[in-house]
Amino acid sequence: MNKIVSKEHFSVNVVKLEVEAPLIARSRKAGHFVIVKVGKKGERIPLTIAAADAEKGTITLVIQAVGGSSKKICDLTEGDYITDLVGPLGQATHIEKVGTVVCAGGGVGVAPLLPIVEAFHKAGNRVIVVLAARTKELMILEEQMRANSDEVIVMTDDGSYGTQGLVTNGVESVINREKVDMCVTIGPAVMMKFVSALTKKYEVPTVASLNTIMVDGTGMCGACRITVGGKTKFVCVDGPEFDAHQVDFDEMLMRLSAYKDIEKK
Amino acid sequence: MTTETNNIAVRRAEPWREELRKSKKNKERTGIPRVHMNELDADYRSRNKEEVNLGLTAEQAVLEAQRCLDCPNPTCMTGCPVGINIPTFIKNIERGEFLEAAKTLKETSALPAVCGRVCPQEKQCECQCIYQLKLGKEPVAIGYLERFAADYERESGNISVPEIAEKNGIKIAVVGSGPAGLSFAGDMAKKGYDVTVFEALHEIGGVLKYGIPEFRLPNSIVDVEIEGLRKMGVKFIANCIVGKTISYEDLQEEGFKGIFAASGAGLPNFMNIPGENLIGVMSSNEYLTRVNLMDAANPESDTPVLQGKNVAVIGGGNTAMDSVRTARRLGADRAMIIYRRSEEEMPARLEEVKYAKEEGVEFLTLHNPVEYTGDEYGRVKQMKLQRMELGEPDASGRRRPVPVEGAIETIDVDEVIVSVGVSPNPLIPSSFQGLDVSRWGTIVVDESTMQSALPDVYAGGDIVRGGATVILAMGDGRKAAAAMDARLRGE
Repeated sequence: MNKIVSKEHFSVNVVKLEVEAPLIARSRKAGHFVIVKVGKKGERIPLTIAAADAEKGTITLVIQAVGGSSKKICDLTEGDYITDLVGPLGQATHIEKVGTVVCAGGGVGVAPLLPIVEAFHKAGNRVIVVLAARTKELMILEEQMRANSDEVIVMTDDGSYGTQGLVTNGVESVINREKVDMCVTIGPAVMMKFVSALTKKYEVPTVASLNTIMVDGTGMCGACRITVGGKTKFVCVDGPEFDAHQVDFDEMLMRLSAYKDIEKK
Repeated sequence: MTTETNNIAVRRAEPWREELRKSKKNKERTGIPRVHMNELDADYRSRNKEEVNLGLTAEQAVLEAQRCLDCPNPTCMTGCPVGINIPTFIKNIERGEFLEAAKTLKETSALPAVCGRVCPQEKQCECQCIYQLKLGKEPVAIGYLERFAADYERESGNISVPEIAEKNGIKIAVVGSGPAGLSFAGDMAKKGYDVTVFEALHEIGGVLKYGIPEFRLPNSIVDVEIEGLRKMGVKFIANCIVGKTISYEDLQEEGFKGIFAASGAGLPNFMNIPGENLIGVMSSNEYLTRVNLMDAANPESDTPVLQGKNVAVIGGGNTAMDSVRTARRLGADRAMIIYRRSEEEMPARLEEVKYAKEEGVEFLTLHNPVEYTGDEYGRVKQMKLQRMELGEPDASGRRRPVPVEGAIETIDVDEVIVSVGVSPNPLIPSSFQGLDVSRWGTIVVDESTMQSALPDVYAGGDIVRGGATVILAMGDGRKAAAAMDARLRGE
């Protein structure tokens, strides 16, 4: 049982929870995720860790209510308990000084991108962040990103804030104006697919952090398997980060819909 | 004379045992036919998750116990990896002291109600029974009697707690709460150690919970055995992954003087054939975890599970049988075992194969999947099967299956469960620096002590064996406990 010490609404469907988890707060690194289960009959779902405070013994999760289980988590309030929380899982982000790094995030993918932005910036890289959302109200963590990077480019689909356009337009504008050594992208699968296609064209090495269906999250079930460079990989133990140019995003998108028809209310 | 053989002789010489032996002539005993397990009707049981085997009645158990000749040299015991004093518990059943029988089981087994259900006794104790070895008759039903005694104790409400040595305050960590870990924890607690079991999942029990289905081993029975260990002072911490949440070094810093790694077989094997990542194709681990651990077939559970009508299970082991029988219970009209060798080579227990057939499972032996195809949404729709025939024996001693050229069949399927083995969980081998790891990813140990290359780390169960049975894992746990205890006491 892990207590929720604070809750903040980023938008109608997106909440930030700060959860007591001292051991995970101490051992987690950028890129790690946790498995969360709410209620005795709850589903185990993976969530990437957005931040951690080792001294306070808490981790921060940002969740978008999209299905029954994520809604259940979003409905919890300060003082409530998460029934089961386990982690940190997966391989940590490989952080090194490479030069200029573009970090492209969309939707709630911006939350797990933040610790990666921080880490690359600390490692002495020039970090340019491209944040994308459908509309201004859905833009999250902009201030924190500005505090931890060299530049933030804001894109909205409807032009209500920043520049009108998609995340790919923002990334392309940076590539066109300066040398980019690496790109990191986290967001909806379809967004990562297009970012990957773009950076492949410009031959910019790109890492994508994937969020697939999982059950145990420790390599036991294989529900999260994807194809990378023609080989089957498990997102939970081999990932969640992979060379985006090698990922079969179409297969991943297909597999994400496995339980669409039978997802429970 | 070793302590063990001495113990066998001393207990056999107790007056009540002598009297009991004399009460019937051996000829009378050997004339009794072996008892049949009471079981649910196949049509009825194949549509629900009720336990198939119903156990023996007290009358049946006493009669079966009378068959046991109480041999001076009980060969059955040589077949038991945890060294249960088999004649002592059986003779206690014969004289009606069922609770005493249960106590005898608990002297050496942490999980008697589990072993009485899932041990392959026909390959362990029962195949060493004098009836089988010398008399050419069916062996004493040791497994059924074990289950009877354990169930009787549980249902009586008089659950005994084994004797615990004086607490020595030495902290011991166990990684994984499956059969190896629980067996080790029980033995170390009896020896007076302060034992903490760390489990990655949210439930305690490992494969006993996520793997073995309710109809073979109800979770409530596993919980009672775990409760017994709690009463012995064993502490359990769920949702904690050693190697991730806490490290080997953390454990050492917190004063744990010994660590038993029993993290099990983690990674499911796939066949790497086209279409294997289509929706509806999954590992038996995923399928069984959804149904058993997450209770996904229950409408109240948030976890979904596919409930196919044409389900193919690939493989011929016990896990394949568990999966195919589960599929039948979840409403499959056609539930099939696809196995590349013939039925003779199947590794599954005969009992499981028999039950599966009674429940309407089809067996497509000498068939091997070569490709899956899907519909426009990426859902599996058909599979191509290569007909096989048996050639010369291979390294395993079984005749090697070879393809019959050009003999390809296509069948309709809407769910495929791949049950072709597992590989060891890489978490411990990769996060404990200094372990000796084999090329299969298993932890290398000294077979007589289960000690790894790290002096304070012992290991057992599937993380050492790659893929074995509950009882072999439990045997490893006992062996490791004895060796670790000796080392810590400076012997």
